[in-house]
Amino acid sequence: MTDASQIAVDVRDAVKRYGDFTALQKISLSIRDNEFFTLLGPSGCGKTTLLRMIAGFEDVSEGGIFLYGEEIENLPPHQRPVNTVFQNYALFPHMTILDNVGFGLEMRGASKSEARRRAGEMLDLVQLSQFASRKPAQLSGGQQQRVALARALAPSPKVLLLDEPLSALDLKLRKAMQIELKHIQRETGITFIFVTHDQEEALTMSDRIAVMSAGRMQQLGAPQDIYEAPRNMFVADFIGETNLLEVSVDAIEAGRATCHLGGGHELTCNAVDEVKRGARVHMSIRPERLFLSEHPTESESLKGTIVENIFIGTDITTIIDLAEGPNFTVRTSNSDRGTKRIFEPGAQAYVNMEHGAARLLVD
Amino acid sequence: MAGGAASGGSAASDTYAKARHWLLLPSWVVVGIFVLAPVLMMMVYSFLTKEFRGGVIWEFSLSAYDQFFFDRGLFGDEPAKIDWTYIAIFWRSIWQAGAATILSLLIGFPTAYFIATRPEKNRAIWVFLITIPYWVNLLIRTVSMKFLLRDQGPLNDFLVNIGLIDTPLHIINTNLAVQLGLFYSYLPFMVLPIYASVERYNFALSEAAADLYATKWVTLRRILLPAVKPGVIAGCILVFVPSLGAFLAPDLLGGAKNFMIGSLIEEQFKGNAGNWPFGAAISMILLTMVLTILLIYARQQRQAEDLS
Amino acid sequence: MSAKTDVKTFFGFKGITLLCLVILYAPLIVVTLYSFNASKSITVWEGLSFHWYLDVFVGPESAKFKQAALNSFVIAIVAATLSTAIATAAATAIVRGGKFRLRTASLGLISLPLMVPEIVTAVATLIFFNSIGFTRGFLTILVAHTAFCIPFAYLPIQARMQGIEDTYEQAAMDLYATKTQAFRRVLLPLMMPGIVSGFLLAFIVSLDDFIITNFVKGAGVETLPTAIFGSVKQGLKPNIMAISTMLLAVSIMMVTISYFVSKSDNTK
Repeated sequence: MTDASQIAVDVRDAVKRYGDFTALQKISLSIRDNEFFTLLGPSGCGKTTLLRMIAGFEDVSEGGIFLYGEEIENLPPHQRPVNTVFQNYALFPHMTILDNVGFGLEMRGASKSEARRRAGEMLDLVQLSQFASRKPAQLSGGQQQRVALARALAPSPKVLLLDEPLSALDLKLRKAMQIELKHIQRETGITFIFVTHDQEEALTMSDRIAVMSAGRMQQLGAPQDIYEAPRNMFVADFIGETNLLEVSVDAIEAGRATCHLGGGHELTCNAVDEVKRGARVHMSIRPERLFLSEHPTESESLKGTIVENIFIGTDITTIIDLAEGPNFTVRTSNSDRGTKRIFEPGAQAYVNMEHGAARLLVD
Repeated sequence: MAGGAASGGSAASDTYAKARHWLLLPSWVVVGIFVLAPVLMMMVYSFLTKEFRGGVIWEFSLSAYDQFFFDRGLFGDEPAKIDWTYIAIFWRSIWQAGAATILSLLIGFPTAYFIATRPEKNRAIWVFLITIPYWVNLLIRTVSMKFLLRDQGPLNDFLVNIGLIDTPLHIINTNLAVQLGLFYSYLPFMVLPIYASVERYNFALSEAAADLYATKWVTLRRILLPAVKPGVIAGCILVFVPSLGAFLAPDLLGGAKNFMIGSLIEEQFKGNAGNWPFGAAISMILLTMVLTILLIYARQQRQAEDLS
Repeated sequence: MSAKTDVKTFFGFKGITLLCLVILYAPLIVVTLYSFNASKSITVWEGLSFHWYLDVFVGPESAKFKQAALNSFVIAIVAATLSTAIATAAATAIVRGGKFRLRTASLGLISLPLMVPEIVTAVATLIFFNSIGFTRGFLTILVAHTAFCIPFAYLPIQARMQGIEDTYEQAAMDLYATKTQAFRRVLLPLMMPGIVSGFLLAFIVSLDDFIITNFVKGAGVETLPTAIFGSVKQGLKPNIMAISTMLLAVSIMMVTISYFVSKSDNTK
């Protein structure tokens, strides 16, 4: 295995234009060797375009793409040692499963028998050997998914590209495949670049995530960083659920910013370099980092009236209205019911936050 | 066999973009040289002077068009007077083709509708049954029709035998025979496009109309018909246009008195009586009529698409 | 659902549909029946016989019809093969060539033979061959048929190809296939049902054609339709019904093959 700090794919100032429309605006990112890297964003954000540029299906309008130091953006797809798992699998419907998996090896010059032997091994890996002689249409969605994975892995690509491969599966199967994909990635040691619009999926599987929107990269980091320290409003809003509040920064002192929420309510939180005194910015607080109490606590407490409780299975979401201030959404895990009190609508309560829960957003 | 321009779809897949001109070259060459160039050549011929033993003399002349529209008397120098002989043949052709189209619509619409409302798994077999005759040689179908409609033919035998009529009907060599022949030739062209549009029709709309107190027939007229109109128009064009220039049905079923454009054209290229520039001119007039119909149709289609 | 509550069912439509089928099939069935008539007259039924089929193969006109049939089939096979190959290439450019300026013009050109009335194409082709001094005969028929059949071969191929997502070729190229390999190994097999339908349609259209052939054939060369037409012009004879019935059988065989090919799928 190669050195873990080596760069597998290096995208340098890549721009993609379609006529007057710019789909990607100067994207630069370095994907490390042996990394499970995810491009996350809503549809139309440019994540699939970027993946297809790496695969070779889209030209690069400006900038360059390097694969282990070698410039590849001018190579046709069949000369790039990367393979793709397509969104709808794109299994060749007229070939058997075995021939599908062996196709890449055969195209790289392996004899038919050698290709079949290796394909058989790959089918073992995804536990589908018994379906080798079937046609793709005879397999279930989940099985087709695994064949697509085996086919893309069979020629031992340097990087595996996955274009929303789980989006066609139902929820349970998707969860199981997430674990299996992660497992296979560790086992093979191949760099995975995974495209998805599902933030939960991205958080579950990735080593690092690049959040994209409107052709730009919004934030790059480990799942936990992105979730807990979103840089801007888009990331905070897109990843998970959050309370987004418009605040004005009244004072900054000793690394702490005092923010006014309206209606006379105030909160302090960690200051950020980009945010100056007097600025009107957004603040994000995750609902699970808030809790309710009858009386003010040592942490920051704001008084309000309970509006509504919504039962959502594992959690209860409570909406609390601060007099003349904003509404807060508070999430209480059902497992905490013994220790935390549930307030009836109309009751007065305090909303409290854990230290570091409130974050100022740059834009 | 007229049809709208084939649409290439909107897909902009470009896998073979680099080779596209090479891939199209054979069709450009073959259709360009053997269909487009001949049509242009025909246009040129319609403005040339006739050679008496067939063919042309390369000398510009409007006499072919002049002959079509005007009668200049025996020596060609009298004041022009409109000559109705050829215009009447065109008029009869339009009338015959129109009658065949209406007949096809009356039978074809209910048929298409009935097929489109069968359970989905049975539709293919119904469509198959309707299309088989289209695949059978047109000449053979027309000959069969001729055989069936004769004065002593099976149809008359049958009608006399069941006592519906006393003396055989005289159908062959009448306008009706030609209309029946054209109707029979192109009926599948009426059924298929109407079928396609009724099949796409969302019957929840009919249910909504019924829910709002519309009777079945009102629903058919006010809700379904507007929705399937494009299919009906396509079907009418697909029957009318080839009927207009048909040769076999009028020639074999109509006899000498029921001449249509096709026979008139054919006559100009047969033997010594022929007049090539005149034949080319009649063809040009027919082509202009057909292309005008198709152009209007294409424009309306585009407008309808823009609206939706 | 009862007829009263079903908004779909209209009284009488079923009857008209059955009438439609009777109209479509009655002439064909009658001719088939009478082709087995023992009588020399086409009017009287005198019992079952294969006499007229025998007449087609060994009778006085058999040589003429055999030659015409041979011409018809050779022309149909060659014209359908050529037009299918040309149409396959054209469909690949139109459906997989991206957007380009000549696309609409090319589509228009390819469908030109469908828009121009057949008799006009016939006249134009005759004039063309005459003006370039080409002697009319077997070759002129073949060339005219090839050009005329292109749109018929093209339409089913294009329809099929539009149903094939381009991710299949992309997947092939992603797996190290060149564009040519991707076409041969992936796209072509997937297009096959469309290509077969296109070929059969072109074949039938060529075999069927009377008008264009009649104009460009020249003296002495006959195809089955022109031979039959010439014979019918002199009066309906029972041997024509026998020939018609055999041609009918060929047509129905072709359409049945086409039906099953279009239903069949090489993906199962």
